Amino acid sequence: MKKGIKRIVVGCAVSCLLLAASLHSAQAGTVKVGAIFAVTGPASFLGGPEARSAEMVVEKINKAGGINGDTIELIIKDSAGSSEKAVSFAKQLIEEEKVVAIIGPSTSGESMAVKKIAEEGKTVLISCAAAEVIVDPVASYVFKTPQKDSFAAQKIFEAMQRLKISTIAIAAGNDGFGKAGKDQLEKMAPTFGIKVAASETYDSKATDLSALVAKLKADAAIQAVINWSVVPAQAIIAKNMRQAGWQVPLFQSHGFGNIKYAEAAGAAAEGIIFPCGRLLVVDSLADTHPQKALLLQYKSDYEAKYKEDASAFGGYGYDAINMVAAAIKQGGNDRAGVRDAVEGLKKFTGVGGIFSFTPQDHNGLDIDSFAMLTVKDGKFIPYQGQ
Amino acid sequence: MSLDLFFQYLFAGITYGSIYAIVAIGFNIIYNATGIINFAQGEFVMLGGMISITLHQFMPLPYAIAGAVALTMVIGALIEILFIRWLESPSVMRMVIITIGISILLRESALHVWGESIRSLPYFYGNEITTFSLGSVHLSPQVLWVIAACALMVGGLSVFFKGTSWGREMRACAANRTAAILCGINTRNMVTLSFMLSAGIGALAGCVMSPITYTQYDSGTSLAIKGFTVAILGGLGNSMAAVAAGILLGILEAFSVSVVPLAFQDAISISILLIILFIKPHGLFGSSEAARLKDF
Repeated sequence: MKKGIKRIVVGCAVSCLLLAASLHSAQAGTVKVGAIFAVTGPASFLGGPEARSAEMVVEKINKAGGINGDTIELIIKDSAGSSEKAVSFAKQLIEEEKVVAIIGPSTSGESMAVKKIAEEGKTVLISCAAAEVIVDPVASYVFKTPQKDSFAAQKIFEAMQRLKISTIAIAAGNDGFGKAGKDQLEKMAPTFGIKVAASETYDSKATDLSALVAKLKADAAIQAVINWSVVPAQAIIAKNMRQAGWQVPLFQSHGFGNIKYAEAAGAAAEGIIFPCGRLLVVDSLADTHPQKALLLQYKSDYEAKYKEDASAFGGYGYDAINMVAAAIKQGGNDRAGVRDAVEGLKKFTGVGGIFSFTPQDHNGLDIDSFAMLTVKDGKFIPYQGQ
Repeated sequence: MSLDLFFQYLFAGITYGSIYAIVAIGFNIIYNATGIINFAQGEFVMLGGMISITLHQFMPLPYAIAGAVALTMVIGALIEILFIRWLESPSVMRMVIITIGISILLRESALHVWGESIRSLPYFYGNEITTFSLGSVHLSPQVLWVIAACALMVGGLSVFFKGTSWGREMRACAANRTAAILCGINTRNMVTLSFMLSAGIGALAGCVMSPITYTQYDSGTSLAIKGFTVAILGGLGNSMAAVAAGILLGILEAFSVSVVPLAFQDAISISILLIILFIKPHGLFGSSEAARLKDF
């Protein structure tokens, strides 16, 4: 009798194993997609939401049966914002993991370091960083999702022209983002007839900028300030300006695109003007706007899953993984096929805008991807000119 | 430079300086009791800010701050008991390395608990744009809270060290550990107490400065570097000197803005640290004879 039970148990176990094995082979396979994001470290405000958005999309795709029957395996590497780490992760993903595409990195410095590796490894890289040099000159395997710096600068200067502002001060953090923005602003200001009276760089980790504000305020000719930095300096400069009783308009970069920063600056954030994608003002978009349905979907999915406000930064990661998914669907589990499919994406609706890639343009967005926003009563609203 | 601008720089400098000074005082207390530099001091400041912000969701501000200070003191005590206390006659270098490890541990734990976003306490009085004017100089009321907290700590500490028996025992422990043991003082408890005290001071500093500087999981590191510079500048172990040195450094940094770009502010403070270490290694206000008797 005892022997009988044992036999049944063994039989069950064997059949279970066989069943598991057959189930496994029934799953057509997995497509590996790599991701390099600065989940920790100084750029974690970018990398965190980007990684979470990408994970969310992959989970959703796999739940719905994957792409062409294959499940996506997303391998996220945390670079902590370091270019050295990003480079070694990129090599690892391309050579060892044999991923079909890589999304990220989060920062411009890392993306530039990885650009050549992706090109040599013939693996698509969809960067989530802002700097234009990532896609200019164009490398055949390198794309990016965030809007260009120069579009942001152009939007700001156009708003200034409408306000009849002719003399400004620029303040920028001393990181890659701040430097690139400051160069861009200084280069473009003369074409809009705007004079840069002062241009200051500060430590991006600065805890108080009242001395800088005092210096700028002493020049009575300055009619507006553009600040180009990341948190927390962009909240600190707003507070210090208003505390000093200085009421000139404050413009910020598209780096201000998270409602938390407006909350951090509190009453001092009122009236800040900045360019940004439309995610933050989705409620005020017309129902016919081509992005509206997608933006609402992203916002509600993200906020339901992670219990935090969706930001434009998470959108960079969301767009990147969606592009890869669309490209795999078309090009299959093949690096060259995916590359051609990404370059062939036209009128692809994303959080950042409507992407139309061409062999010459690997960003695929136009200046309309930016809207000017302002802060009113602690909320982001579209900026209506005067 | 106009007079207005002069005073505006001066007050900006005093604000930075008071913040640096409070961090430096925390360094000094542990240095006095153990002879080591506790590189996790900046993390105590971060923890104070973070815990008070979390508690503030459930209780009024004064209780949240008191709770944060108490909790951080407990964390300080636990760290000493877990990592330092059981060491048999540890070398200074070993303890310093341990504190660096603790600072990384605390920072990474904070990242897991609070995430990477920046947070802050509300302004104690008014809001982000409230100012009061002294002539044509505009100041945030929070600056006064920082200066008051700094003054309160220095006053409180001098009463504690001179007027209470625990304070006297700690001083005895700092002056001569062997003699203190012979007098029946439990020097190990005194070291625990010094960690608690400096954790509490750091936490209070973290609370009062949070509305001005914001709190992030890694905001302790840069504060620790500035606080360390100030502690060295004033002469290690001397709290009053730390205040003077802190305000001096703050004012130098503020005025440097009018000459060099603000990005060089840190370069200035590090250069000052190097110059002091070369010329007067015992600090501006320290005595060279006393310094010679210390290990470090």
